[in-house]
Amino acid sequence: MSDNKNKQADLPRVGFYICHCGSNIAGTIDVVEVSKYVSGLPGVAVSREYKYMCSDPGQEMIAQDIKDHKLERLVVAACSPNLHEETFRKAAAKGGLNPFFFQMVNIREHASWVHTDKGAATQKAMDLARAAVARVRHHQSLEKKRVPVDPNVLVVGGGIAGIHAALTLANAGKKVTLVEREATIGGHMALFDKTFPTLDCAACILTPKMSAVKSHPNIKLWTYSEVEKVEGYVGNYKVKVKRKPRYVNEDLCVGCMECIDACVFKEAKFPDKFNQGLGKRKPVYIDFPQATPKVVLLDPQTCIQLKTGKCKKSCAEVCDRKAFDFEQKEKFEEIQVGAIVLATGFKAYDAKRDHQYGYGRYPGVYTALEIERLVNASGPTSGEVVLRDGKKPKAVGIVHCVGSRDAKSNKWCSRVCCMYSLKLAHLIKEHSDAEVYNFYIDMRTPGKGYEEFYDKLLSEGVHFIRGRVSDVTDWAVTPEEEGRLVMRVEDTLAGFVRRIPVDMVVLSTGLEPQHDAQEVRRRFNIGCGSEGFFQERHPKLAPVNTFTDGIYIAGACQAPRDIPDTVAQAGAAAAEALALIDAGFVELEPNTSHVIEDECSGCKSCIPLCPYSAISFEENKKKAIINEVLCKGCGVCAAACPSGSIRQNLFEDDEIFSEIEGVLAK
Amino acid sequence: MKYQYFPGCSLKGMGKAYEESFLAVSRALGVEVKELEDWNCCGATAYMSVDETKSYALAGRNLAIAERNAGDVIAPCSACYLVLNKTMNGLKEHTELNRKVTGALKSAGLDYKGTAKVRHPLDVLVNDVGLEKIKKHVKAPLSGMKFAAYYGCQVVRPYATFDDQDEPVTMDKLIAAAGAECVTWPLKTRCCGGSLTGTVPEAGLRLAYIILKEAKKRGAQAIVTPCPLCQFNLDGYQDQIAAKYERIDMPVLYFTQVLGLAMGLSASELGIKRGIISAEAVLAGR
Repeated sequence: MSDNKNKQADLPRVGFYICHCGSNIAGTIDVVEVSKYVSGLPGVAVSREYKYMCSDPGQEMIAQDIKDHKLERLVVAACSPNLHEETFRKAAAKGGLNPFFFQMVNIREHASWVHTDKGAATQKAMDLARAAVARVRHHQSLEKKRVPVDPNVLVVGGGIAGIHAALTLANAGKKVTLVEREATIGGHMALFDKTFPTLDCAACILTPKMSAVKSHPNIKLWTYSEVEKVEGYVGNYKVKVKRKPRYVNEDLCVGCMECIDACVFKEAKFPDKFNQGLGKRKPVYIDFPQATPKVVLLDPQTCIQLKTGKCKKSCAEVCDRKAFDFEQKEKFEEIQVGAIVLATGFKAYDAKRDHQYGYGRYPGVYTALEIERLVNASGPTSGEVVLRDGKKPKAVGIVHCVGSRDAKSNKWCSRVCCMYSLKLAHLIKEHSDAEVYNFYIDMRTPGKGYEEFYDKLLSEGVHFIRGRVSDVTDWAVTPEEEGRLVMRVEDTLAGFVRRIPVDMVVLSTGLEPQHDAQEVRRRFNIGCGSEGFFQERHPKLAPVNTFTDGIYIAGACQAPRDIPDTVAQAGAAAAEALALIDAGFVELEPNTSHVIEDECSGCKSCIPLCPYSAISFEENKKKAIINEVLCKGCGVCAAACPSGSIRQNLFEDDEIFSEIEGVLAK
Repeated sequence: MKYQYFPGCSLKGMGKAYEESFLAVSRALGVEVKELEDWNCCGATAYMSVDETKSYALAGRNLAIAERNAGDVIAPCSACYLVLNKTMNGLKEHTELNRKVTGALKSAGLDYKGTAKVRHPLDVLVNDVGLEKIKKHVKAPLSGMKFAAYYGCQVVRPYATFDDQDEPVTMDKLIAAAGAECVTWPLKTRCCGGSLTGTVPEAGLRLAYIILKEAKKRGAQAIVTPCPLCQFNLDGYQDQIAAKYERIDMPVLYFTQVLGLAMGLSASELGIKRGIISAEAVLAGR
């Protein structure tokens, strides 16, 4: 003891604090013993234990000790630094100490919670504390840097999520650019007739918001456009947007649609994508009457003028606004924004992948989105439920969980299918005299008014059969089945296999990531989960943040979700973006890496390794350079640099080595 | 193109016509097949459920022998194809099983590495030989003939390596290449009755009857299959089915026989007469 104390003269004065965390730590670790042990270590001027170190009195005690005992370094042994590192850094600052002269020891998650042997756990806590004390001596004084934030925002995707986020931001006075790749905003919601469980008309609640976007002075709406490139960092993104040619001048067209009547194709004969191919359209078209912007466009695959250059161009002739421009080319525009909200939505599962249900083989088999258009008053049949041959179905079978909860395709529950299947069952009943069967695995109706809606359907005479349909075929074994589709299913409540003949089969397809989600993920430098949906920063506590600061996600691009949840999340993403912008600046953690220029050989090994694209190459000097705004302090470059010329704050060699020596010393 | 051929018991016994036609067609297409030397039972039959480890060793022995030579192994019998693939997958996935089986094989002087590849003739013909080449060899197209392509369960389940599990199409393509037409029907992979025709006839016969009846209803002149057990169940029990349900009289051919006929090979070379329900009347009309 006296030996130790003798050496203390030239060592920085360390204060050590160990937390009981109620019984979370003190139940397994003898904190008094640890405190006593650490008090004897070289350089330790104060060592204390306390019931809740993170409490106000705990923090106050630390701040006071720093002043009273002229402490130069601080070590706290408590929970994970993810929880309270910031708390104790603030306590250090309050006592007048640079907050980075501090090291936290996690003896809860790393010791007391994972061990039962009290003696061994106490020993481990001592070892970890000794390592921290050895390390903290080498800590440097560091400062957090601030960078300003551009107040403009980019919203990508014009479905209900993007619309809601854009309007929220614009209403708060921010300038928003909304980029949508289709010709109109509205997304999937624009396809729906009614919404569950209230059965209010989707168009009636959506189109006013679409118009609000179009007319909002703070929103610049770029449809038929895609984000091509994103550069920069939080608060300062430079975005390049590709604007695809519509061959119609958007500023001149008023959407009178006379050109569509005048088109040389007298009959609409090309599959109408908006109506899921159930209807037909001409080469000059508009997706639906309330399309926003209400501007026609030309399909270069079918327009004779665009394909051959030899057409009467009667569409252009009839246009008194002279809006047609067959020479229009795609163009690129660049914008500067501080924050980005990604609301790129989902893709419906391709029903053809489940061969057993005969989609694409039997004309009587439909996807749920096709039925959404069929029951829609503005759809291809004006809301009449008829088969492709024009006949009315006598019986309709709805198959839940197609491409969901299936080990062979997608394992996840798509969350919305039970509810929309109920809605479609109700609407089919309303629009026809058909018997309707729902084939479900489990009925999942968690939401406000959802279970009540299911109850309502039960009383409407819709049949519910619990079982996964094994196949849909035209294999008839009874006269009643002849010429119809036979659904075979094990009725798991009745306990036998049933054959149900129907005329129309509806496949309730699940929600998948967009086909280009991986490309988009890379473009915006965010993550994807294993199933391909965008990865949130924390599943519970940061659901709209991503691992890239200043980029937020909302809606079904993050996971399958329904309209109410999507809107809530879009509002949350907008609020997060506003919080960033209104702060005016971002503070950067100082644990970043930097290149010691004289030692860098310019080998470029570090550049491709950086997950945040923070390292570039200075061609003139032939040296690597790290953008500390982009650097997240992961340490990959510092570990990989062959010449050891990349250093990372808080992870300097002497800090790490003395920590190792500390943990190994006895 | 050089391959090793694993006949299994069926192609040497009741599926003799399959072997004859498979070898004849391979020869005509220039596909070199050499019978695996000293092969033994694939391990199908009930043995898998009696002693699984030993059954893996039994099948593994064939694979170890095959590894000594170059070339993929062609297993025309669906059960052999499935069991050999199951063995390879099982030995790859389960290290303890692998240790036991490779140890047993080592004591017999065999070295199992898991490098062999077991293929089905449908896969080889469509993906290695190619439909274009096959079409060039078709000298007597079976125009006007209508067949029901019936795959059975084992070639696509559980390992759907070369075709779809629910709606396989490779055999349909070969039949089309032979100039004949295929009926569209949903029972391509439905159960033929399997071993139930022998053990629980009241269940097995019904299953075979379903296939035969539907093929006839769809206008097929014959059923075409790649599986010896399916062929046997559908062809061999038609008298009993007639006694119990109705007479169907539907010839059941191997797809290699159909291809061979279209390529101008003789009926005797292809074992056409070996069928219990005679195909002669049907084929006379071509």
